[in-house]
Amino acid sequence: MIGKSVPRVDAYEKVTGRAKFTDDMILDKCLVAKVCHATIGNGIVKSIDTSEAEALDGVVKVVTFKDVPNHCYPTPGHPWSVELAHQDVADRNLLTGRVRYYGDDIAAVVAEDEVTASRALKLIKVEYEEYPVVLSPRLSMRGSEHPIHLDKKDNILARSSFAIGDVDKGLEDAAVQIHRSYKTPIVQHCHIENNISYAYMEKGRIVVVSSTQIPHIVRRVVGQALGIPWGQVRVIKPYVGGGFGNKQEVLYEPLNAFLTMQVGGRPVKIELTREETFTNTRTRHSIEYEMTAGVDREGHLLAKEMTAYSNQGAYASHGHAIAANGLTASRLQYACPNIRGEAYTVYTNCPTAGAMRGYGIPQVCYATESFMDDIAYEIGMDPLEFRRKNLIHGYYEDAYLKPIAANSNGIFECLDKGAAYIHWDEKRKAYADQTGDIRRGVGMALFSYKTGVWPISLEIAGARLSLNQDGSVQLQVGATEIGQGADTVFSQMAAETLHMDISRVHIVTMQDTDVTPFDTGAYASRQSFVTGTAVKECAQLLKQKILDYARTLVPGNVDRLELEDGYILADGRQAISLEELAMESYYSLSNSSVLTAEVSRQVKKNTVATGCCFAEVEVDMKLGKIKVLDIVNVHDSGVLLNPQLAAMQVHGGMSMGMGCGLSEQLLLDKKTGRPLNGTLLDYKLMTTMDTPDLTAEFVELNDPMGPYGNKALGEPPAIPGAPAIRNAVLHATGIGFAEIPLTPQRLIDGFTKAGLI
Amino acid sequence: MYDIENYYNAETIKEAVLLLKEHPDARIISGGSDVLIKIREGKMAGTSLVSIRDIKEIRGIRLMDSGDIFIGAATTFSHVTKDPVIQKLIPVLGEAVDQVGGPQVRNIGTIGGNVCNGAVSADSAPTLFSLNAMLRIADGTGGRMVPIQDFYLGPGRVDLHQGDVLTHIVIPGKDYQGYHGFYIKYSMRNAMDIATLSCSVVSRIDPQKKVLEDVRITFGVAAPVPYRCHKTEEALKGMEIGDELFAKVEALVREEINPRDSWRASKAFRLQIGGEIAKRALKESIRRGMVDDENAAGGEQS
Repeated sequence: MIGKSVPRVDAYEKVTGRAKFTDDMILDKCLVAKVCHATIGNGIVKSIDTSEAEALDGVVKVVTFKDVPNHCYPTPGHPWSVELAHQDVADRNLLTGRVRYYGDDIAAVVAEDEVTASRALKLIKVEYEEYPVVLSPRLSMRGSEHPIHLDKKDNILARSSFAIGDVDKGLEDAAVQIHRSYKTPIVQHCHIENNISYAYMEKGRIVVVSSTQIPHIVRRVVGQALGIPWGQVRVIKPYVGGGFGNKQEVLYEPLNAFLTMQVGGRPVKIELTREETFTNTRTRHSIEYEMTAGVDREGHLLAKEMTAYSNQGAYASHGHAIAANGLTASRLQYACPNIRGEAYTVYTNCPTAGAMRGYGIPQVCYATESFMDDIAYEIGMDPLEFRRKNLIHGYYEDAYLKPIAANSNGIFECLDKGAAYIHWDEKRKAYADQTGDIRRGVGMALFSYKTGVWPISLEIAGARLSLNQDGSVQLQVGATEIGQGADTVFSQMAAETLHMDISRVHIVTMQDTDVTPFDTGAYASRQSFVTGTAVKECAQLLKQKILDYARTLVPGNVDRLELEDGYILADGRQAISLEELAMESYYSLSNSSVLTAEVSRQVKKNTVATGCCFAEVEVDMKLGKIKVLDIVNVHDSGVLLNPQLAAMQVHGGMSMGMGCGLSEQLLLDKKTGRPLNGTLLDYKLMTTMDTPDLTAEFVELNDPMGPYGNKALGEPPAIPGAPAIRNAVLHATGIGFAEIPLTPQRLIDGFTKAGLI
Repeated sequence: MYDIENYYNAETIKEAVLLLKEHPDARIISGGSDVLIKIREGKMAGTSLVSIRDIKEIRGIRLMDSGDIFIGAATTFSHVTKDPVIQKLIPVLGEAVDQVGGPQVRNIGTIGGNVCNGAVSADSAPTLFSLNAMLRIADGTGGRMVPIQDFYLGPGRVDLHQGDVLTHIVIPGKDYQGYHGFYIKYSMRNAMDIATLSCSVVSRIDPQKKVLEDVRITFGVAAPVPYRCHKTEEALKGMEIGDELFAKVEALVREEINPRDSWRASKAFRLQIGGEIAKRALKESIRRGMVDDENAAGGEQS
């Protein structure tokens, strides 16, 4: 079963529209809540008058920041830490009178229907006292008269650093020293299904149904936010229309739970608009980098240094974890004896940044891989040759965080495949020194990526299997299917270990914290690795129980019992079918005991995945347009559990990488911090008409840490595309752009400045 | 859920005019691809609507004996593009409206709605300007014909009063016969987008003498309303077809248009793009004229 392109287990349900998403499950007479968002970017609410809104026919309840609990709570989808120092920053109330970004939540209306709720919002009268808006982290960290959060006077949420070897000495010894700056944009996940939840009360407890990646964490955070015991909260997660990290966050579920309590437990729905999803959920951190490196005459890296300024926006959310993840990545993969890194995460009046596919690595990869190309350009070396000269062969481990290590490392094979696909050597020559209006270039970039979060954070997963009367099994996991195909590969894993056809494995797709085994959810490319470990152990346990039970049924002295294709083999011969065994286990009058297995497993392992992207572009110099002619991602993610699903995952990631490199950026008004383009019309997500054919290739090495030889693939595909395209443009035009996306405006400005047009 | 107060359905032009006069707060809805967006955004929330979707006489395209082409205002973009009269006589218009949004919007949005919405970025507008289109407007008292140049009053404002209904867009025979056109929409992506800048060039050439006899150049998004480059046109008429002509159109257009600086694109950027797309559109319209001439000549020989 492992390694086969079996069809997705949810394919037919989704294609025929039978699959139930949150909005398909809304209860009758569900009330609708709308949030009143501030129309300033920084300041305080001086007065708020809700009397007219309350008087409107059909309005059930209006609450403001004055009505919510005083204590703050954290929102990121991290496993909770029992150590105070490692706990997430709690800096948010359900509603606030201290406006920290344009659109901050100050009040909420509950009404009989959506139109009434929207009309009521317009009747709320608010007076503000405004403070200056600061959007740049490097400005914000100089401090402000009114710090964004009182306990951080200089607006710096966190700072961290590391040093390996002696960077100053390395730079001194270098034949060439290079310094560059880079910047990445604020981008948004743009999952198809906007954030949505509904909540109601049952037997004094709160039930929240939500489109989330992390139901068990939602339960904890709702409990924390409301100050109620966590067992009082039940969270249900139906099918999800994409998350990409934005649903690895507890967003409006706590407010939703609070509102149902305010209306006597009647069901209340909060469904965000696309505009709210852009402004009021989470974004990818914009990060500015200062990079310095020194190389010797042969092009070996002698020292490198990086300083990162990460724009957190108004609330801590995942906070410094993103910039810190980039710091870790900056010391992996390249063989450089002297490395120094420093990162700041700074509060600003921007929309809050949080988790997004790749968790800080697309940003640091853009800076690092652009820098590697710029160094190669500076010393006149082929950028691929420069990489090959400086990359580590085989095993390496992180200097600080054990056991993060490349237990298998296929980067050189990946580079060979990518270069062959794009015809690197020929095209680097053919496209050198062009002068026309239309120019072509090839570029590449590479990355490394951890699998899961151990040892930075806890890794734990749960799985449960039970044998049905017909010999099929039920599989339950706390890990979530969010479109990536998790349910399918978990089913394959159980089928593989139990030696049965996948049609005999019935996975329960919906998570319900009252009944689902504990697992922290879908993020960090962790589930096939961490939850996969739990599923494998659970299947092994069930298999052992089946064989033990078989021993009571198979007559005579048997040396060896095996489970194969739905039969128990006794010394190699079919003795009894699994179905017969199952029936006995249910109904035997002498020895019935239904066979189930459950595992809750902490996983203290990690392993590094890797890969690269090669792209060929054509640049229309006078129109400032880039056409991606050809693009390939090559991944070393260990053994592929399902090659077709793997390719699908890579295609989606490549599209995200290209969007970030070419067209996606959330722009903010400089005065107010109001998003200028927070709609799918003005935020230029790529369409199919902008997307070339996407090629996904793989190098399959068996990783010793992976439960089935597998390692991270969920996030990596989104990482290397942007710098590969940027480097191809450098090859085509000689201009190494510092900032992405490479919009027509940015290209025309750059070409004009360089005198190319 | 859309915030709509009342909805009235008209089956004839007369009925539409009467309903609009009877309900002064009601707005016309045809395809709805602009109106529903405005209701959702709150700009028109709580409005009442008069639907003209069921009025048959304002759908479809007819070629008159005079050579004039009558385009029903409620003809969808897809139907304009696929119409044989359009494809044969003014393909540039069909190509232009085929660049609106995506297939779903083109199947619902109408060319009349595109014009009446008054957006300077409307994909039909530059070409209709370059074809000297006339607009036929019913008002219950005999109606009127308005040149499209006079119809646009400002951003989102057009020469329509309560009770007016645009029924047809008329392309006069003399304004397209012997002409060829090309439209370039410059936008940030290849679908589901509005123009950052757009240019439609309609030209007539003397293929023997290799001379540009007549040319009409219209920009979208280069001014508050679609903008005809009359000065540039006059300077180019009579010029020999060649590099000098193309260099001149690029330079003159940059002097004549006056696009704005905004977060979507800077003025300098739009000027660079404007000169370039005017040049490329003129080149292509001339090339089409040449090809047509060769085909006609080939036809005579055989």
